[in-house]
Amino acid sequence: MNIPYTVEERPDSGLANGKLGIWLFLASEVMLFGALFSTYIILRTGATEWPHGELSVPLGALNTVLLISSSVTMVMAWAMLKLHNWGRHRLYLLATFALAGIFLVNKYFEYSDHLARGEGPSHSTFLAIYFTLTGLHGLHIVGGMVVMAYLLGPGAKLWKQNPDQFTNRIEYTGLYWHFVDLVWIFLFPVLYLL
Amino acid sequence: MEQPTTPPSVVYEHAHHIDAHEELGWWRKYVFSTDHKVIGIQYAITGLLFLLFGFGLMMLMRWQLAYPGKPIPLIGPWLGQSRAPMGIMLPEFYNQLGAMHGTIMVFLGVVPLAVGGFGNFVMPLQIGAPDMAFPKINMMSYWVYYIGGVIMLASFFPTTGAAQSGWTSYTPLSVITATSGQTFWLVGMIFLITSSLLGSINFITTIVQLRAKGLSYMRLPFFVWAQFVTSFLLLLAFPPLEAAGILQLMDKVAGTSFFLPSGLVISGKPLAVAGQGNPLLWQHLFWFLAHPEVYVLILPAMGIVSEIIANNTRKPLWGYKALVYSVVFLGFMSFIVWAHHMFMTGMGTTMSAFFQTTTMIISIPSVVILTALLLSLWGASIRFTTPMLFALAFLPMFGIGGLTGLPLGLAPSDIHLHDTYYVIGHFHYVVAPGTIFALFAGIYHWFPKATGRKMNELLGKLHFWGSLVCINLVFMPMFIQGLAGMNRRMYDGGAQYAHNQGVLHWNVVQGYAAWGLGLFQIFFIINFFMSLKWGKAVDKNPWEATTLEWLAPSPPGHGNFLTEPIVYRAPYEYSVPGAAKDFSPQFEPEKA
Repeated sequence: MNIPYTVEERPDSGLANGKLGIWLFLASEVMLFGALFSTYIILRTGATEWPHGELSVPLGALNTVLLISSSVTMVMAWAMLKLHNWGRHRLYLLATFALAGIFLVNKYFEYSDHLARGEGPSHSTFLAIYFTLTGLHGLHIVGGMVVMAYLLGPGAKLWKQNPDQFTNRIEYTGLYWHFVDLVWIFLFPVLYLL
Repeated sequence: MEQPTTPPSVVYEHAHHIDAHEELGWWRKYVFSTDHKVIGIQYAITGLLFLLFGFGLMMLMRWQLAYPGKPIPLIGPWLGQSRAPMGIMLPEFYNQLGAMHGTIMVFLGVVPLAVGGFGNFVMPLQIGAPDMAFPKINMMSYWVYYIGGVIMLASFFPTTGAAQSGWTSYTPLSVITATSGQTFWLVGMIFLITSSLLGSINFITTIVQLRAKGLSYMRLPFFVWAQFVTSFLLLLAFPPLEAAGILQLMDKVAGTSFFLPSGLVISGKPLAVAGQGNPLLWQHLFWFLAHPEVYVLILPAMGIVSEIIANNTRKPLWGYKALVYSVVFLGFMSFIVWAHHMFMTGMGTTMSAFFQTTTMIISIPSVVILTALLLSLWGASIRFTTPMLFALAFLPMFGIGGLTGLPLGLAPSDIHLHDTYYVIGHFHYVVAPGTIFALFAGIYHWFPKATGRKMNELLGKLHFWGSLVCINLVFMPMFIQGLAGMNRRMYDGGAQYAHNQGVLHWNVVQGYAAWGLGLFQIFFIINFFMSLKWGKAVDKNPWEATTLEWLAPSPPGHGNFLTEPIVYRAPYEYSVPGAAKDFSPQFEPEKA
């Protein structure tokens, strides 16, 4: 038994199953981060004082550049599959994975710097929401890296058997990855600059 | 609109193609199955067991309310020193029972049965799909739910016990209660929410993508519409509670103070946290989920009842389009009524006015649905089968539940009724004789499809009449108690308050009614197991119904249909003038 429209698009909806699925998942993610951003707004508007300059803007800016670049390489990884250029695809996907890794290393330095000064999540409401938001975002980065590792490793075999399905998987991973990138583009000004 | 063609070659190549998948081992076939029907049955059985367990917790509470301070008979001595020394219930244990009864009934009982069980089993059959769009994610959804359930049950075992701050887990109480129960609850909830998200993505994708040829949206059975809207509610309303759960978990585990205000003093000592938190934020995030959640509880029930009423009145549903538009509108509105649970928080008249208005508006589509179902009965020669009796009882029971909600939706009357037994009565009329009756109706209705055998009618009718009488005796007195001002959370029922004295005796009546309700469920349990083995064997369409699930064999094999289903007409074409029989199934072509 096969499920219809796993690869090809259904004519009346114009979508394959996976694409609709990933968009629905992202809709729920918007609600998840939306609730946390709302929490930030409510806590901040209710606070008598709010710390400024606690976070390292250069490190944050560097991470922003890293993630935006990784979104570009992710698109290229997909475009190369459309051009049937397997070698370039591998290179771009690996670059995306590496950029995500460097992002996490940076994040590790930021976290350990705070913790070394005894400024954990319980130190202030600002640090509490900082650690919660960036921690959850970091978990999303890790999740994306796991998927990319699978598509670089055992999942890559699918290209030989069903190139269209593999291309779709890269596209859906890309949609998720752009969302994770977008969340950071909101997080950076909200936590580091404002 | 042109209908897409399911490539028949892909799905229905040959019968042996289906047979090839029947050779799965026992574990893959019955435990780690990706078949939507098996997963549906797993959800349903697990949900029913949790309903029974949650009911058991309630019976302990009813004993304590009827006879405060008296040793619990039979199981009292087994509860242990930390819960009930000498069999006498401790207040802390009563609080745990209250919190866990609500949590288990809503999140582990009714929703998994209504959405996970019926949605999984019936919906793909009704739209003519071979399975769900993502079978592996479907399996994962069940197992994540299962883990969440195990965590919730496990929270009873530490001597400090389970969560005890109500099923709403209001802050700061839930955070400052220094037991592990609340942490278990939060982790369990995160699993349950994840499971619901996986399920809802699957449901929506399946309904959009896998409808059979000819099955346009306005030909969908109403049950499918109800599941469709329910899935959107789960998809969009649950993540904010997940966020809230994460924040409260941070408060419990990492020492943050998202929900703890500055200057909180516990037992004469200032609490050593950073402060600056907002306790009301939890209530907003919680009710942003939990109000749509009420519609998650009721919409699948309305869907089930609609199917059964159309089938047993042998008439098309009255106002199908009105039903569909109402259920969609209800879904939208359910996102902007949440703060009617919070009139007592001092949120100001502007906010109150807004939420009172939206609350009054949302009652309109509910009334449209109920009226359409009631008018469907007009002039019909009704078949009073067991599922139909439960479906018919749903109408007045849900009606009572809905109408008693109106005074709670208006701030002036709510201020008097808030946190009394009136609220408990209102909510339980919606969910217990409302939704749970509809779920029983669904079990009696679709049991032949799942097993190939009918359930016994006599036992079914005993189950129905006994449950109907007892359940009303449990919940109707709550309105009287609530109007008298009896608080919902007192572990002795509020025996020390003068204003309760006139209504306390109802607790004994409710106690007997609750034991009776328990006894009448035995008829259902016997019927269920007996019918599995000895029930009357039936063909694929025993109820002479019109929707697609009755085209598949009973029980359907892996892949569901033997030939590709094609839909030719609207879902409820009963008693069509000039037709040879009184039902014209969706899958039968027009005679030339």
